[in-house]
Amino acid sequence: MADTSQTPLTVRGPARTIAHLWMILGIIIVAFPVYYVFIASTHSVQTILRPPLPLLPGSEAIANYSDAFGGGIDRIGGVSLWRLLGNTTLIALGIALGKIAISMASAYAIVFFRFPFRMACFWLIFITLMLPVEVRIQPTYKVMVDLGLIDTYAGLILPLIASATATLLFRQFFMTIPDELLEAARVDGAGPWRFFKDILWPLSRTNVAAIFVIQFIYGWTQYLWPLLVTNSNEMNTIVIALKKMISFADADTPWNLVMVTSILAILPPVLVVVLMQRWFVKGLVETEK
Amino acid sequence: MAHILLKDLRKSYAGQEVIHGITMDIPNGEFVVIVGPSGCGKSTLLRMVAGLEGISAGTIEIDGRVVNDLEPRQRDIAMVFQNYALYPHMSVRENMAYGLKIAKMPKAEIDAAVTRAAKMLELEPYLDRKPRALSGGQRQRVAMGRALVRTPSAFLLDEPLSNLDAKLRVQMRMQIKDMHLNTGQTTLYVTHDQVEAMTLADRLIVMNKGIADQIATPHEVYETPATEFVAGFIGSPAMNIFTVTAEAGMAVLPGGHRLPLPGLAAHGKVRLGLRPEDLEIVDASTAAIPVVLRSIEWLGADAFGYGMIDGSDALVTLRLAGSTGAKRGDRVHVAPKEGRLHLFSAESGKRM
Repeated sequence: MADTSQTPLTVRGPARTIAHLWMILGIIIVAFPVYYVFIASTHSVQTILRPPLPLLPGSEAIANYSDAFGGGIDRIGGVSLWRLLGNTTLIALGIALGKIAISMASAYAIVFFRFPFRMACFWLIFITLMLPVEVRIQPTYKVMVDLGLIDTYAGLILPLIASATATLLFRQFFMTIPDELLEAARVDGAGPWRFFKDILWPLSRTNVAAIFVIQFIYGWTQYLWPLLVTNSNEMNTIVIALKKMISFADADTPWNLVMVTSILAILPPVLVVVLMQRWFVKGLVETEK
Repeated sequence: MAHILLKDLRKSYAGQEVIHGITMDIPNGEFVVIVGPSGCGKSTLLRMVAGLEGISAGTIEIDGRVVNDLEPRQRDIAMVFQNYALYPHMSVRENMAYGLKIAKMPKAEIDAAVTRAAKMLELEPYLDRKPRALSGGQRQRVAMGRALVRTPSAFLLDEPLSNLDAKLRVQMRMQIKDMHLNTGQTTLYVTHDQVEAMTLADRLIVMNKGIADQIATPHEVYETPATEFVAGFIGSPAMNIFTVTAEAGMAVLPGGHRLPLPGLAAHGKVRLGLRPEDLEIVDASTAAIPVVLRSIEWLGADAFGYGMIDGSDALVTLRLAGSTGAKRGDRVHVAPKEGRLHLFSAESGKRM
């Protein structure tokens, strides 16, 4: 078990101060734009368009947020913010859970079963790592059109489910399970299903949590694919909607609402990370089984 | 209760045969220990009986039923693994109950069986702990308990004590022996430790490179080893084995010493084995073997003397009394006790 209070290097004195300053600087660089988005979401359009932008929250917060949820909907193609958030959540969940299901199943097959062309299958999966969505986007699009899956959740989710990365991660984890555990289960009378359900799954839970977090964010931030397979505004994800909101002329863009939408687009992934942080970190660092 | 019959059992990996035809009849209730150095195929043999390794040729019968193609669970066996293989996420109770749960035994019976096994192994206070909160010896007992609750027809144990410290090992060894006496179940036990092998076994299989060199009681294995390998492997310190020239009634030892051996026919080169405790220090005479001692290991009741036959580089180990006055550099004379010689063919290593 990793003990976070023990570090390999215990630095004291000025070195420690410098290290802290350096880290604080890093956090400022990373966090400042996000902070700025939040600040902008609490001002009126006029204030935002008149530089410089204040560094402190303004008084328009409630007005902006209620406008975004209530009145400003026609700005984003007549679709409510709730619908957009719902779409995105559904897609991100679908992608994350689908990826976990598929990659666990394939890793299970590759690690625990002996079948012809096992290694060939593994390498085939491995090779697809080199083919990002963008490379296979045209044939995938054609398939989706032929299957009539344009503007459907299935069309948004299915092509993004196959995951070489998650398969590899699960494979690496499964390979750390001692052979004797499998053999003990066989002697106890557990078949492949029971072994998976009673032993492998409980042992994989922290890894599943880590992969879920990573893939949920991956799904949440998808841009290119949802842009291609959705025509109707009803099916937009929040990222697409955000883009559509600012595709008007600059002065016409409701920047305050854009910033509100940005905040709302960031919030769910942040929540997922914060809520699952303990498991997430455990899944990434845990080696003792 | 099981009667296990192995018939010309063979195992090959990628065309390379590693188990070369083992035949053995294990009657119901016998405790058989498979012993040998690492890489001799002893674990493979056990795993073939368990159904964890395929069988390349030959048959395994349990109670008259050929089990070659049966899954482990269909063979009605229980196994204890070297590293225990406890399910880390389950409590001790769940670990022991798992097999029964799969067998769909009613809950009340499972509880009764687990409680009985826990009592027998003194595990009751730990039933709700996870394996990681247990010491090595406790984990080992849980592994035993998991096998016990099943009341299988045969127990298979794969080096179950080798991860324990010396004191615990002795304790657990006695517990395993007791358990076998209580349950009377057919048991196959793999070890590389000859003390475990000698103390636990009704019969031993001494394995050497995939061949069962000898299948016999510990007593027979010790007194009349079937091959030079068995002679050298069983016994501590190991038997002294020399290449000698057999002449009529006499063996010529390294260094040219002549040891009278009445009844020996001229035979050319043979291997002569003498256990350290079968060599006695005697007064100098032509029949005695002169040994120059190089070191003495004093252990209390006993002492071991290590030296060489004078005039050669053939090493000799002697078992001396703790009260011995022998010192490093001494030249002593030793003679084998009557009838305690072992002769092996120089070519085949077989007993002559």
